[in-house]
This record gives sequence, C-alpha cells and structure tokens, in this order.
Amino acid sequence: MTSAPKITLQGSYCIEHDALFEAVTLHIPAGQWTCLLGRSGVGKSTILRLILGLETAGQFDGVVFTDDGLPIDGRASYMAQSDLLLPWLNLRENVVLGARLRGETPNLAKADAMIERVGLTDHYAKKPAALSGGMRQRAALARALMEDRPIVLLDEPFSALDAGTRADMQDLTADVLIGRTVLLVTHDPAEACRLGHNISLLTPTGIEPWDVPLAAPVRQTDDPQTLHAQAALLSYLRAVT
Amino acid sequence: MRRLRYPLYATLIGLGLWQAVIWITGAPHFILPSPWRVATTGFESRALIAEHAMVTGTEVILGLLIGAFLGALTAIQLAASPKMARMMMPLLVFTQAVPVFALAPILTLWFGYGMASKIVMAVLIIYFPVTSSFYDGLMRVTPALLDLAKTMGASNAQIMVRIKIPHALPSLASGLKLAAVYAPIGAVIGEWVGSSQGLGYLMLLANGRAKIDLMFASLIALAVFTVLLHRLISALADKMDSVSLDK
Repeated sequence: MTSAPKITLQGSYCIEHDALFEAVTLHIPAGQWTCLLGRSGVGKSTILRLILGLETAGQFDGVVFTDDGLPIDGRASYMAQSDLLLPWLNLRENVVLGARLRGETPNLAKADAMIERVGLTDHYAKKPAALSGGMRQRAALARALMEDRPIVLLDEPFSALDAGTRADMQDLTADVLIGRTVLLVTHDPAEACRLGHNISLLTPTGIEPWDVPLAAPVRQTDDPQTLHAQAALLSYLRAVT
Repeated sequence: MRRLRYPLYATLIGLGLWQAVIWITGAPHFILPSPWRVATTGFESRALIAEHAMVTGTEVILGLLIGAFLGALTAIQLAASPKMARMMMPLLVFTQAVPVFALAPILTLWFGYGMASKIVMAVLIIYFPVTSSFYDGLMRVTPALLDLAKTMGASNAQIMVRIKIPHALPSLASGLKLAAVYAPIGAVIGEWVGSSQGLGYLMLLANGRAKIDLMFASLIALAVFTVLLHRLISALADKMDSVSLDK
C-alpha cells in the first residue's frame, strides 16, 4: 500500500443547468476520517462518485487532486450502503472478487487473514444468504481491506444496520482502516461525531467545516462532548434546508 | 407420487369432459373420436407416430439449441454495447410484429421441404423470448455493483463474464422455459406449410383422410413431447439458477 494522500475537491456541479452545489472546496486530510454530512439529495454521494471517477448524471466543473500528485484511480476502494456481495459466491470468493475481476490469481491466504480480522473465519465457506446483515457488511469490509488501498470511500455503509451492529461495525471499521484516508458519506450526526477526525457539512450553499469534539475517534457514545456536538449538529441540519 | 396427483386429476377431468361432450352431442367418431378410440389408434399406430415424432423432435431440439445460442449471444452483444441495443431493440420488436405463420411459406421456399426450414422456423420463434429475457437480466444488475467492479479495476469483459452473466442466468432460464413451449409450435407450423414427415405432416395427412382419431393421437403425442421438453428444460434451468460460473 502506498502512503495515504490528502485529497481536495474543488468545483461546482449542475444537473441540466440547475446547480446542485456551487463552488465548494472539500479537503480530506491524509490518513484521517472525514465525514461528509448533509441532508438527502444535497449531493453527498455525487461528491464521492466524483472522487472515485465514476459516472454521474450532471456536469462537474472543477478538479479533484491529491497532494502527492498521483491519480486516485487504482488507489481507492469503495463500500456502499448495500454489501454488494455476489449471491452465487461464498464469503471467501466474494472477498477475493477484486483479483478475479482483474484476471489475477487470488491470494487466498491473505483473504483468510482479512476474514479473520473481521471475525468471520467460521463462516468463510457460507453464501451471503446464510449470513446476517452485520456479517455481510463485515464481509464487504474484508473485501475492501483485501484491495489494500490507501484511500477508502464509504457511502453510508452502516445505515442499514441495527443500532448495536452499527456501533460494532463502526468500531471495527475505524480499527482496520487506521492510517488510511477515509471519506465517510453519512446523514447521521451521531455517526459523524463518533468517527470523524473532521466533519464537513454539505448544504445547498456550500461546504463548511464543523468543530469536532476534543476526544480522538472512535469516541464513546456516552461522552458528553460528543453528545453535545451531535445535538448541535442535528439542530443545525434541521435548520438548513 | 403425491406431486403427480393433481395433474392426474386434471387429466381425468379433461377426459371425462371430452367423453361427456360425445355422449351429449352424439358426435360421430369422424368428427370427434372418443378418448378410448384415440388411445387405441395411438397404440396401434405407435410405430408411425414415433417415426414422425422423431423428426419433429429433432427439429425442435436443434431449433432450441441454435435459437438459445443465438439469442444468448445477441443479448450479450446488446448488453455490451448500449449503442447497438438502442439500434437493434426496436428492430427486434418489429420482427416480432411479423406473424411467424406468414413467414412459413417463404422459409419453405428458401430452405426446402426438409428439416432445415422447420429448424429455422423454431429458431425464429424462440429467438426473441430468449434474447429479451436474458438481455433484461443482464441490464438489471445493481448499478452500485458495477461501480464497485470499476473501482476494483475490472474490464468490461470481466464484468460481463463474472458479474452480469451469472446474475442474469435466472432470466435466461425463464426465457428457455418459454422457448421449450414455443419451439414445437414453430416446427409444426413449418410442417403444415410444406413437408413430407413430422407430426404436423401426420396431422394434416390424417385430417385429409378423415382419420380424426390418428390426428388426435398425433396431437396428444406432440403435447406430451412438449410437456416433457418443458420439464427437462425447467429442471436444467433450476440448476442454472444456482450454478456459478466463478469456480
């Protein structure tokens, strides 16, 4: 894995001449978690897609660059809200999907190590249908880890999980992604306050930074500062439309 | 045996109704033969029916294999090229608007009285259902999955082979199940228009000679063959649902 770069996105985005966001600048510091927070439809996922270089419906007028000058393509892995496991493959086959898709011979020993790291060793031969929602998302995490990339982009990966499983997954993900440049797109203030080294708010008027609690992530759910930050963030989000 | 109970009831009710119509209307056997008469004739003419059934069966199976192969290939081509899909799909739908009956004489003219014209007919009739259902399956892959594959550095060919095709196998299976029922229709239409062998030919011949019992026996042989073919294809299709190309 190459060292994790800082990523900057600058520009505006419109869909059929209607601006989705105008002249924003998003800094994603190297080796840290940046949480991009905003209401539904404000363009959070679009920003993530722009960074990944994926197709979007509208027109982006701007740049995405890293501080080391190297391209993001080939250095980023992606986790979505849905686990995106292929139902006809077992867990281990799913974890090595990237290698198979590139026509490479999969490194099964490394896959087993990743599966162990997310605590699914006993289930490696099971098909996704035989796993719980939390297990499937852990398998997706193992698949992302298998790619061993310095940049990880997470598009609401915990939003479909129940509260307990979500907290467990947040802890595990934060642990295994230490040192990587992570962008977490979320609409949950609690999640952002718990996990973010930085929080950026995306509103129709632009991107603004939000002060994070003093404690280092992953923050305790009952930490008064975290609870306070989360309440303030929620109030703010409810006020902006 | 329990699974066969209800189809057996349905068959008995059908035969009962058939016999009841004969009793009520008093129809003579050269208009509507009784089930028993048809069964007797079928048994007595079993060699003749089997000989012609072999011909129709060969046409159907070859038509099914060629049609399924061409349909699947077309679907993959269309799914791989959105431009081609935009160009070809309206054309494919248009060809479906042409009644296959109308094509039968032309096909006989082009491919002769032998098996070839009937195979082409069967191919034509199943090509669209196979193409259409498989294409739908190929295009219905979750977009996020394709995004994931792209971030992993997959080529379009790898995405097709390892994600889209396995994902669309159940859709292809549905298309093949339909094809198994349509293919015999295509072959028999071809035989009606011009042939010297096959169950369609035997039906016309028997009808022309007022051997309605033989005609019914041929018709039942064709229906039984179609049902068996459908069962076979369904069993294969169910296997396909769970098969992974990614071993």
